[in-house]
Amino acid sequence: MTTGVDPLWEAPIRIVYPGSADPTAPAPATPTNVPHRGGPENPSAAAIRARFPDAVRRVDVVWGETTVVVPVNRVLEIVRWLHDEPLHLYTYLSDVTAVEFRDPEEPLTVVWHLRSLAYRRFLRLKAELPAGAPLEVDSVWSVFKGADWLERECYDMFGIRFRGHPDLRRILMWEQYLEGFPLRKDFPLRGRFSRAEQLRQALAANPEARYSMEELSIADAFEDLPPDMRTRLQGGEPTGE
Amino acid sequence: MSGTRTVDVALSTSGLDAQGRPQRVPLAVDRAGNPVAVSAPEAMEPDLQGEHMLINIGPQHPATHGVLRLVLELDGETVVRCIPHIGYLHCGFEKIGEYRQYNQIIPWTDREDYLNSIGNNVAFALSAERLFGVDITPRCTVLRVIAAELSRIISHLVWLGTTCIDIGAFTPFLWAFQERENVYRLLENWVGARLTTSATRVGGMAADIPTGWVDQLRGFLSEFPRTIDEIDRMLTRNAIWVGRTVGLGVMSAEEAENYGLSGPMLRASGLAYDVRKDFPYLDYETYEFDVPVGTRGDVYDRFLVRMEELRQSVRILNQAVDRLPDGPVNIDDPRVILPPKSKAMNEMESMIHHFKQVMEGPRPPIGEAYVAVESPKGEKGYYMVSDGTAKPVRWRIRPPSFVNLSAIPKLVEGHLLSDVIAINASIDIVMGEIDR
Repeated sequence: MTTGVDPLWEAPIRIVYPGSADPTAPAPATPTNVPHRGGPENPSAAAIRARFPDAVRRVDVVWGETTVVVPVNRVLEIVRWLHDEPLHLYTYLSDVTAVEFRDPEEPLTVVWHLRSLAYRRFLRLKAELPAGAPLEVDSVWSVFKGADWLERECYDMFGIRFRGHPDLRRILMWEQYLEGFPLRKDFPLRGRFSRAEQLRQALAANPEARYSMEELSIADAFEDLPPDMRTRLQGGEPTGE
Repeated sequence: MSGTRTVDVALSTSGLDAQGRPQRVPLAVDRAGNPVAVSAPEAMEPDLQGEHMLINIGPQHPATHGVLRLVLELDGETVVRCIPHIGYLHCGFEKIGEYRQYNQIIPWTDREDYLNSIGNNVAFALSAERLFGVDITPRCTVLRVIAAELSRIISHLVWLGTTCIDIGAFTPFLWAFQERENVYRLLENWVGARLTTSATRVGGMAADIPTGWVDQLRGFLSEFPRTIDEIDRMLTRNAIWVGRTVGLGVMSAEEAENYGLSGPMLRASGLAYDVRKDFPYLDYETYEFDVPVGTRGDVYDRFLVRMEELRQSVRILNQAVDRLPDGPVNIDDPRVILPPKSKAMNEMESMIHHFKQVMEGPRPPIGEAYVAVESPKGEKGYYMVSDGTAKPVRWRIRPPSFVNLSAIPKLVEGHLLSDVIAINASIDIVMGEIDR
């Protein structure tokens, strides 16, 4: 009955396991007896130092992971170079997050975790935000589309603004959230407002306010909104600060 | 009124109405094809071309797999734009973790990706052990591999069952959930809990496996491949299943990598990145298993990749059971491990030690660690920063489904509304992990 095999049924799963782009690299193995400090440094750290001599503040190797600390205004340039450079190819962005220490002397730090899948390398980039300056850093969205939500979450939780991000809005908290940035150390675990105030705001909230400006621009939904919300949206009132 | 149709002439000829919208005049066509004006009630149906519709799916909707809300802009039935909203299940796990000792965080890891709870326990313990600088015993390593792979089987079975329901197949759902029940029974016999396992501790496990458990596991491993084959026969060449999945939500390997996708989502697109192979942990480099990789990157390929991963998990489990060594489960390190209860109740020194460990908690040195594992959803990482106290300064979860879901506007655009359900199911999201 069947005349020839439908290409759909022909081994649709390829079981492929490509090797590293660097033939001299050792086979990956589970790390054991990792030293607290020191140990082999990721070769890309030396390459960053050679390419951007004035941009490397510090290179730490902690628990076998290499951290390169760079100035805030050089991050995008370095990430783009790491992404494009054929000897490094950090084409995978694992994570964007921030760390605030309990010690107020320590600066708020933004952390990027990058992976080079071709060379099986892991690199942590850090930028310390100077005290007193506005919490701003360049977005890496133009290099990694995956940074979109990760940066939004970082903004939502820490209040760090990513310059050049296409749609920097709150993501986990709602857009009208007024209590501040939850993962900052000055934010109490129970929230900034009292339970009574939180309840009052929840009862007073307009459920329609969950729509964002860009959705309301579709079709006629904007005309159906209550007048106070229309003025709020038209005025471009900043939310969430 | 045969031969009648409505024609939208307003967009090209006439002006706008009082509200500034294009005016639409219902028209009929005579035999020669020339338009003839008819009065409005005679028009067969209004022509909606050009008007987009805003439709809201969720957050309370069975097909969104949790409290996900999708706002879709539709042109007819075609999705023009998709705006996802998340955060309805946000509990602040990362904030709470900063107020807990390391072992006290483990119950929270159960509750983020709750289909993979024991796998999260393992991942958390691994990253905390990196931060403490301790290495676990050989028996514990193999037990954790067993735990992680059982958890992958549970997660993939739930994914399979719920996706079948979404697409309209009911029988495989029953088979998948029956097998999931068998795995939960195994976990219950081991750690006493089914869903919220809290099975690991920093430096070991909460409990060793009971006598006879390995035989139960072997029994499961001999039966389970038959169920996979049955589901395979039921779905893989089923015309309805293929029609509902092939060609949907296609993503190329370069795009998938750039969007940060991981797990089956990335591998279905053709990129063989598996944390177990590329950045191994728990001695995964010594197990023989293959990484299935798709070719087209559509919903059907994601299904095939997950089916094959179930088989590979069975293969890993068989090897792990064969090599399970004897010996202690917990490391012999009083800095992180509690003394045995019998000693704590009879010796003053052990009791003081027990008291201090419980009340003050173990303290890692100053440092930071990011350890990623291959969870069923993708690369799941725990990033922890310590300032030398018993509680982390920062505990960050790198949630794979969060990053995978961020690509959904790209995946669904241009598809039909009914296909949005299939594409959303293929991402395999767990809102507990996305919102945390």
